[in-house]
Formats: sequence, structure tokens, C-alpha cells
Amino acid sequence: MVSLCFYFQVHQPFRLRKNYSFFDIGTNHLYEDDAENRAICNKVAEKCYIPMNTLLLELIERYQGKFKVSFSISGCALDQFEKYNPKVLELFQKLAKTGCVEFINETYYHSLSFIFSKDEFKQQALLHRNRVRELFNQTPATFRNTELIYNNDVARLVEELGYRTILAEGADQVLGWRTPNFMYQPVGCYKLNLLMKNYKLSDDIAFRFSNRGWEQWPLSAEKYASWLHSISGNGELINLFMDYETFGEHQWADTGIFNFMRALPAAVLKHPDYHFITPREAHLHYTPVSKIDCPHFMSWADVERDLTAWLGNPLQNSAIEMAYSLEKRVKKSKDPDLVNVWRKLLTSDHFYYMCTKWFSDGDVHKYFNPYESPYDAYVVYMNILNDLMETLKQRGI
Amino acid sequence: MNVLMFGWEFPPFISGGLGTACHGITVGLKHHNVQVTFVLPTKRKQALDTDIRVIAADEVLLSDNFERMLDKLSRKLSVQEKRFFTLSPYHTAVHYSREVFQTVDKTRQILVEQRQRYSVLDFSGNYGKDLHAEVARFGIIGEFLGITEEFDVIHAHDWLTYLAGINAKKMSGKPLVVHVHATEYDRSGDWMNMDVYNIEKYGMDMADKIIAVSYYTKNIIVNRYGIHPDKIEVVHNAVDKQRETERWGIKKALNEKIVLFLGRVTMQKGPDYFLETAYRVLKQVKNVRFVMAGSGDMLTKMISRMASLKIADKFHFTGFLKGVDVEKMYAMSDLYVMPSVSEPFGLTAFEALLFDVPIIISRQSGVSEVLKDAVMVDFWDVDKLADRIVQLLTNEPLARQVVERCKAQIQYIEWETAGYRIKQVYESLIS
Repeated sequence: MVSLCFYFQVHQPFRLRKNYSFFDIGTNHLYEDDAENRAICNKVAEKCYIPMNTLLLELIERYQGKFKVSFSISGCALDQFEKYNPKVLELFQKLAKTGCVEFINETYYHSLSFIFSKDEFKQQALLHRNRVRELFNQTPATFRNTELIYNNDVARLVEELGYRTILAEGADQVLGWRTPNFMYQPVGCYKLNLLMKNYKLSDDIAFRFSNRGWEQWPLSAEKYASWLHSISGNGELINLFMDYETFGEHQWADTGIFNFMRALPAAVLKHPDYHFITPREAHLHYTPVSKIDCPHFMSWADVERDLTAWLGNPLQNSAIEMAYSLEKRVKKSKDPDLVNVWRKLLTSDHFYYMCTKWFSDGDVHKYFNPYESPYDAYVVYMNILNDLMETLKQRGI
Repeated sequence: MNVLMFGWEFPPFISGGLGTACHGITVGLKHHNVQVTFVLPTKRKQALDTDIRVIAADEVLLSDNFERMLDKLSRKLSVQEKRFFTLSPYHTAVHYSREVFQTVDKTRQILVEQRQRYSVLDFSGNYGKDLHAEVARFGIIGEFLGITEEFDVIHAHDWLTYLAGINAKKMSGKPLVVHVHATEYDRSGDWMNMDVYNIEKYGMDMADKIIAVSYYTKNIIVNRYGIHPDKIEVVHNAVDKQRETERWGIKKALNEKIVLFLGRVTMQKGPDYFLETAYRVLKQVKNVRFVMAGSGDMLTKMISRMASLKIADKFHFTGFLKGVDVEKMYAMSDLYVMPSVSEPFGLTAFEALLFDVPIIISRQSGVSEVLKDAVMVDFWDVDKLADRIVQLLTNEPLARQVVERCKAQIQYIEWETAGYRIKQVYESLIS
């Protein structure tokens, strides 16, 4: 028996006003670019969330319980759907009702809080857990940390919080000679299981699908299924983790991505040993084959699969350290609005925009970056943080 | 008396003091009945707020013959352009990435304003990306106007316009005055762009008289460009008191003292000394914020350095400021610091005073010749500069005194006086 585990990440940050200047500090407390957030949310809804959700509903119905997927939707994204496009949320709720979709827990604000404040991490996990329960009527048993940031300590804390499964990147530096196609267990954990992403097969869909320079282009569902089938006998679990925006947004509809997904379940299920599974079910079906020791942080970002997309250069370090240094004061205010505003500033995307790794030659970072340069991202972010500090000061905190 | 004047900046198309000075000079000359025709590369089809005659070079209609001449020249230039296509007097990181990835576009209308997204790294002013070709074309316009216009003297501001001035002189036989607001030595120290230096030197050699904005600059012209001192007159810049704005109009949102740096973030202006000084001051005084207003090739480095120093809660960047934002910035400030490494004049010091802001200026500046009572330090002496800043921030009566004394000194420094001195230079050439 070989199980396919699809997990899709849904996230939209609250983008900041790019023209927030020094003159706004102390006078203007509106940080978000509402118009842009709305426009992007609606654009992606139209290109991806609505058509793909509809397609998944169709597939789940057609295969009557044999096709399953799982989602992690950040709190920022949920809030934006609620605010800008409730239809998207309704479709997700419909998916939840089919019983074939698992909703995974993460930090509400898609933050790097694990690295900077365990308290904040726990609070955000709890916030998200409650939100998932309220919206989808499921109690999450699976956890994924922001951008699949993972090490032994993350696993141990997540186990302590009562989760049964955690997701991580199947990075070469950690797996070494081993394949990601089994269930593992983190070192030091006894209940928590570890699912590791098969990045090759995941990226075939997420990144290479429309690449005409790729020797396997065009990728048909049959061809892809044959790759999956070839694993039979040498693996139990194939973890296909990717951004949900892959469907229709990163890979546009005219690349044939929707048709590919429409045809995939049939192609996969042709093999009698293959079926679809959610992380929760994986936990029940399989036992870990081995322990995985991961003392250093890894993530699913960039070729380095480490934290350097968000941390490391002086801009990022200065911004994030200052943001977390406000935690005590912000919480002391006991003002839920203020706490919410601060937490939205913890979203990892803000620090991603400050990455200078590829500033000179332009890259994926540039595609997602609303700013002209990492320096602009930093200046705007710091102006806003200074205004927040000014607010705290004026309140005598 | 009629003057054909070539300049690269004129309000509102300015990136710094040059445009402001050119405007002041035309006002001052008008006061003494000198008729100025001001030639500018472009005014982007806008009407300018001035009562003097302005010719925009890109709106000059040339005859077919001239067009042919231009064509031939631009073909010759295209070979050179490849060498010069990154030439700009004031580089920013944004310029650079744009230049490297775009090939040189012959249609010179495509200027800086095309970008839609705002960036702190943005830079303003009439500086296109194929500046060298523009300088040469401006030279052709100078040649053309040298034939078609009626005038007694030619006056050219800074190297960008020297070729135009020289050509006009060749065509008309009228005397040429070149006005030195800044030199390549100021901008780049010992790492000069020799192409620019050569144009400057050529202009100074061809001129009948040179006007320097300070004795500091005159010295550079003598020592670095080998010009005889007798050929150089010093005319200090002045200040347009009409621009004076009341401080009360601006409400300061922050309850802290603000120390301002305003200028191009380039080696010449010493932004790095300002930053290092800020770090020292912040160790002693808490109730203060530093603002670096402006853009330039050192800005990204300054932002990174500031982040490394971990003073981001006390140090801010605004990018290039325009119009009212400049005035707002001055009005919000409690101290203006000009730590220039080499500053021919430094008009911003005057502007700060108009807003009653006390100033600290570097000894390596022309303005220090005029503001003898200003607080002065050597640009490299960051410890002393930090001391002076702390002193002026904590001692309000002293700060007031500095403002008052300096204001007394600029009271008689008016563009009319500068205009008169320039007119004298013209007259010495005509008679």
C-alpha cells in the first residue's frame, strides 16, 4: 500500500502601505494597504482559490471518499477571506464538510515566533487552533510551522502541545541517504510523527510544471502517476506539499494545471495499491521507520532550505528583533486591537521582502515583493514599528 | 545687457543646491537689469514659475541641416555611449540596476520618471540615463543658439553645460563665463571620473572668466585644475528670503528632538560621518531622533550600517524629499548637521537657518566662509561632532544664540548682491 498525502499551504499577508513615511510616525496609525490587499485577495481568489476549490469539491464527490487533501490556511488569509471575499471561505467550509479534507494547524499570523518567543508561538498556535475549530468544525491533530521551519526543538514543543503529526521539508542535509517516502519520528519524541516533503515530486508540480525548458515538459497526469507508481515497494507515503497558489496563480490556468489535477486521481488510482491519505490518517496507518535528528533549523525556502530568506542580513535582524522586543509592552496594554496590529507585523513575509540574497539579479523573491527594493521594505516597516512604539509611549506603557 | 545662460537644473527640476542657486542668480541679475535667457535640457512640457525667458533644449526646433548634423553626431556618439552609459553624476543603486539591464535608448525623452513604484532609493533631477549623449546634444543646442540668439555674454553652470557654452562662444565670439558650483574633485575625491574632469578642465580653459561659489572652491580650481587664480572670481551664493516659512504651520508629531541631515547620500556629503556620530550621540542622549533625508549611491550602505548599529528606533530615512516635504522636514528639526567632506558651498545651511534651525557645518565647506559664527567641525572628527550635537541639543539658549548670530550674518547676503557681483564680471569682459 502506498499513500499520497497532499498538503496545500494557503497564505496571504497583510501588506503594508508602501508610502508610509517618516512624517507619518506619531500621526498615522493606518498601516495596511487595504486597497492592495483587497485587490490581491480577489485576484488570487478568482484565479486560484475559487476554481481550485470547486475542482477539489468535484473530485471528492466523483471519487466518493477516495480522493483526499489537506490544507493549512494561515489566520491572516482566513481574516482576509472573511473581509474581502467570503465566498472563498464558504468553499473551504464546504470542503471541510466532505470529510475528505483535513485542516492543519499553524501559527495564526504565519510568524517566526518559534525562534523569538515560545510564549507567542503557543498563543498563536492556540488562536489558530480555535479558529480552525470554529470555521471547519475540526480539532487539528497536525501541525506545520511557518514555511516548514523545523528542528528537534520545534518537534518537541509541538509534541508537548498535544499534536500527533508534524510536517517538514525533506531536505537532503537532514535525510541524507534516506528517502522521504516513509513516516519518521523526530529525535526525542515518542508520540509525534514526522511527515517529510518529497520535494522532487512536489516541485515537479509547483515549479516545473509549465517550464518549457524542462525535458519532461509537458507533464501529463499519466506520466506523473507513473513516477508515483515507480515508488511502489520502496516507500509507503509520498508527501506532496506545496503552496495552494500553485494552481492558477503560479501556474496559470492556460498551462493546463487544472486539467492535470482533474485527471490525476484516476491516473493514480489505476494502480490498486495506491490511495490518498491525510496526515491525520497517516498517523493511524503507519508506524515510524526511524528517528530523524535535525538539530539545525531547516525550511522549505530557496535552495538553501534554511532561514536566510527571513533572517541574517542586518535589515532583517534589526527589524525582527525590534518587533519582538515590543512583545511585553504590547501585551501589557491588554488592548486586543493593538495586539492584533502588532501580531500582523510579525508575519514572515515582511522580513522576506527585506532579503538581499538575490537583490542584484532579481528572482523569485522579486516576484513576490511588492517593494521596489529590500531597503524600501525595511524603511517602511521600521517607520511603522516606530509609530507603534510611539503609541505605546503615549499610553504610558 | 543680455546673457545666454546654460544650466541643467532649474526649479522645480532640482536635485539639490544647483537649481536653487541658478534661480537665485537669475533673480539677482534681473534686479540689475540684466536680461537672462536660461537654457535647460528639458522642462517636461511644463510651464515654469519664473518671469525670465526659459528655453528647453528638447523643444528647440532645428532645421533639417541641424537635424542631419545631430544624426551624424549621435552615430559617432553611439560608439562612445557604450562606454559611458553608466555615467551619472549621482549614482543610486536603482539607477545602476536599471542601466545595466537596459540597453542605451536613443530616444532621450525616456527619463527618470517612468518608474511607477516609489522607492527611497529614487533620485530626482534632470539626469537621464544616457547623460553623456545628452551633454553632447545640449552642446549642439548651444551651437545653434550661439547663432540664432542675441546676447552679450555666455554663462554656463557646471560641467554638464560647458560644451554648450563653449560652442556658443565659438559661434558668436562672445565672452564665456563658467560658473563652478561643484567639481568632480568634490564629488569623487581622488577617484575622479576623468571624462568629467576633462570636460571641466576644458571649460575652465576656454572660459574668459571663472566664477567660483567659494574660496574653498577657488582653491580646488587652482590646485586641481591648474587655473591661474586671477582668472577666478568668487561670488558667494545667497539666500532667497521669500521662501521663509513660519514654523508654527507645522505640528511636530514626535516629542523628541530631531537632528537632520539633508542632501545627496554620497561620499561628498559625508552621510557616513553623520551616521557614526548619531550612534555616539545616542549613547549619551535618549530624547533625540536622527533623520537622513536624501538619496544617493551610499544610501543602501547607510541603511545596512544603521540596522547593524541597532539604532533603528532612533534613526530614520526619508528618501529624496520634494517641495513642501523639504520645508516640513526643516521645520520639524531642532538641529541641522552638514558634515560634508568637500562642499563647494552648501546652500542647505542657509535654508535651515530660515527655519530657525541651529546648524553645525563642516570646515570643508564654502558656506563656512560666510557663516563665521556657525558651529564648525572637521568632517572626520565624529567625536567632536557628537559633543557639539549633545551641547546644542541640551543647551537651548546656546542653540538660540547660534541661530540668531548666523541669521544676523545672512541678513545682508542677498541674491541682488550676488547678481551685482556677477554683472561686474560681465562688464569686465565686455568693455
